[in-house]
Amino acid sequence: MVGYITKRALWAIPTLVFVSFISFVIIQLPPGDYITAYAAQLRHGGEYLTEAQEAAMRQQYGLNDPILVQYWRWISNILFRGDFGHSLEWNAPVSSLIWERLGLTLAISTLSMVFTWIIAIPVGVYAATRQYSLFDYLFTVFGFLGKGIPDFLLALILMWLGFTWLNMDVGGLLSPRYESAPWTFDKVLNLLSHLWIPVVVLATGGAAGLIRVMRANMLDEMGKPYVETAYAQGLSERQVVWGYPVRVALNPFISTVGWALPALFSGDVITAVVLNLPTTGPLLLQALKMQDMYLAGSFILILSVFTVVGTLVSDVLLAWSDPRIRYA
Amino acid sequence: MSVNTTPMPPERLLQLDDVHVHFSMREGLVRAVNGVSYHVDRGEVLGIVGESGSGKSVTARAIMRLLSKNAIEAGGRIRFRPEPGKEVEISSLPRDGRQVRELRGGHIGMIFQEPMTALSPVHSIGTQIMRTVMLHRRVGKEAARARAIELLERVQLPKPTEMIERYPHQLSGGMRQRAMIALALSCDPALLIADEPTTALDVTTEAQILELLKSLQAEMGMAIVFITHNFGVVADIADRVAVMYLGRIAETGSVDDIFYQPKHPYTRALLQSIPRLGQAPVRRLKTIPGMVPDPFNAPAGCAFHPRCAYAVPGRCDTLVPEVSLFPGDQSARCHLAGELPEEAL
Ligand SMILES: Nc1ncnc2c1ncn2[C@@H]1O[C@H](COP(=O)(O)OP(=O)(O)OP(=O)(O)O)[C@@H](O)[C@H]1O
Ligand code: SF4
Ligand SMILES: [Mg+2]
Repeated sequence: MVGYITKRALWAIPTLVFVSFISFVIIQLPPGDYITAYAAQLRHGGEYLTEAQEAAMRQQYGLNDPILVQYWRWISNILFRGDFGHSLEWNAPVSSLIWERLGLTLAISTLSMVFTWIIAIPVGVYAATRQYSLFDYLFTVFGFLGKGIPDFLLALILMWLGFTWLNMDVGGLLSPRYESAPWTFDKVLNLLSHLWIPVVVLATGGAAGLIRVMRANMLDEMGKPYVETAYAQGLSERQVVWGYPVRVALNPFISTVGWALPALFSGDVITAVVLNLPTTGPLLLQALKMQDMYLAGSFILILSVFTVVGTLVSDVLLAWSDPRIRYA
Repeated sequence: MSVNTTPMPPERLLQLDDVHVHFSMREGLVRAVNGVSYHVDRGEVLGIVGESGSGKSVTARAIMRLLSKNAIEAGGRIRFRPEPGKEVEISSLPRDGRQVRELRGGHIGMIFQEPMTALSPVHSIGTQIMRTVMLHRRVGKEAARARAIELLERVQLPKPTEMIERYPHQLSGGMRQRAMIALALSCDPALLIADEPTTALDVTTEAQILELLKSLQAEMGMAIVFITHNFGVVADIADRVAVMYLGRIAETGSVDDIFYQPKHPYTRALLQSIPRLGQAPVRRLKTIPGMVPDPFNAPAGCAFHPRCAYAVPGRCDTLVPEVSLFPGDQSARCHLAGELPEEAL
């Protein structure tokens, strides 16, 4: 087991180097650079930069250096000084922009994933053991609704409900008066009162799909001979179901735990925009539109690191739960 | 048909009387088991033979109350004597009740056909055995572990102390079947049901597993219901034989009677289809003509009549034959039992 983890972890290192370089290259790909975009924005507002001014700015930000040099400057600052560079658009250090958003993103995605699992696993197992029961049909319908209704629509509906019926102030993660206040118990409570909408939205979408998968996996597993063996040993239905087929049916989920995080960065941007969440998605969208390369690059880098690390975590968890992988 | 209500003789371990099991399917009702009666005495090995689909496994699952949800337990009695002087009517207990669960694994062990998939892929061999031991014996982890090691030694797996940490995918088919046997015997059951335990194995491994079962039987003294397609295997391990055809017992008797004085045409046909030792090598093996009819529309009268060389028109295709008894506890369900012409086997 230790050997396996070490091997997997060592493999992650070249992957990370490669991925970080690719993220840097990708943000350089579109024609023009930040200065071009900045000049265009100024022109829009009636001002303009001279050629000389543009060239001076390029010189100042090192945009004329070869790409490898720019990459090295960027990555070594990150690694050795935790300096992610300067956001040209926000005129602020990237690290000051992203860490709080990252924390919130992590909190929301972890919470919604935990909720997804708490709902989906028992329901999927129950629906499989009581196949074609009323309960099973009920959750089939729920599953189709959950999959069919787009997240942003559900978000809007919940905001409207919260606003008109519960008289809550919705949208964002904090009421305005707490926004720049230090972290206190009240602020946490306020956060929680806002957090439920995104968590419910993200969890229902995820749970709907997961229930179907869990149910199908369970039906598959429960027909296998080892389940009959477990019954033939004298174990009760609950002991058999939770001790044997569930263990095996969970493995496909465990192998995807690591992807949940990157998905929230990118996939759920629309929900985050609708709900006005200060998570990373909207900021990344904005940075990409503006070719704010240090900001966008940092995001893509962090996203990739999370993906690589998440996959590593998944693999380790899977090896821990499935001996066929551990000893393969 | 009246169900046998006479008390079981003291040596009796398991007795099935007129057991019926049907399956309701979209296409109709499958009468998989249609009045099966057989019994096993303490310490005895009963071989059950029959072509595929004759209901051997369904009957075995009826004993363990492990039938699938669409099964209809349509009648009959299954009685079991877990210890002398005690009698349990398995067929009238709630399916997943505590009493049935105590019997499963505790008093009746079961081995299945597919050693590759019959063990949990995510638990070590030791864990699976220890679970059963702790469940029925109410002992602690240490005692259960010691028992697991002892069992693996008994089934002659190498290095039992290491073997308990192994997972099924690390073992060969023969080793898995040994582990499966250890699991089934973990609580010293009075009865072992072995449903084609060697069918999936190669010939050499099959012989080894049979030897093992025979020596374990001699050592531990449990009774065995041994289900197989293979008459040769039956001759090797069984004391008595029951021949099944389409959900009924066609004939039952001691191994010698079945092999040398079969009273049922189906038994004869089966015997003629296998090579036997000590016979003129020129004898041609016969195959039974026709196929096993599909269970949705079993033939009227004697279910074997469309394939039977002796069938009497007007009788065999309308009247279900009753059981005829012969000396030495042999019985056959055939209109002509005892009147068949002599024939070289
Ligand atoms: N769960 C089920 N649903 C419907 N029909 C079933 C079910 N289980 C068994 N049957 C039917 O019952 C009949 C008897 O099956 P069974 O498995 O007992 O045969 P068998 O004698 O064990 O054959 P084999 O030698 O192939 O194992 C078959 O026709 C089978 O199709
Ligand atoms: S009853 Fe008739 S058809 Fe059936 S086995 Fe006997 S002779 Fe053949
Ligand atoms: Mg079978």
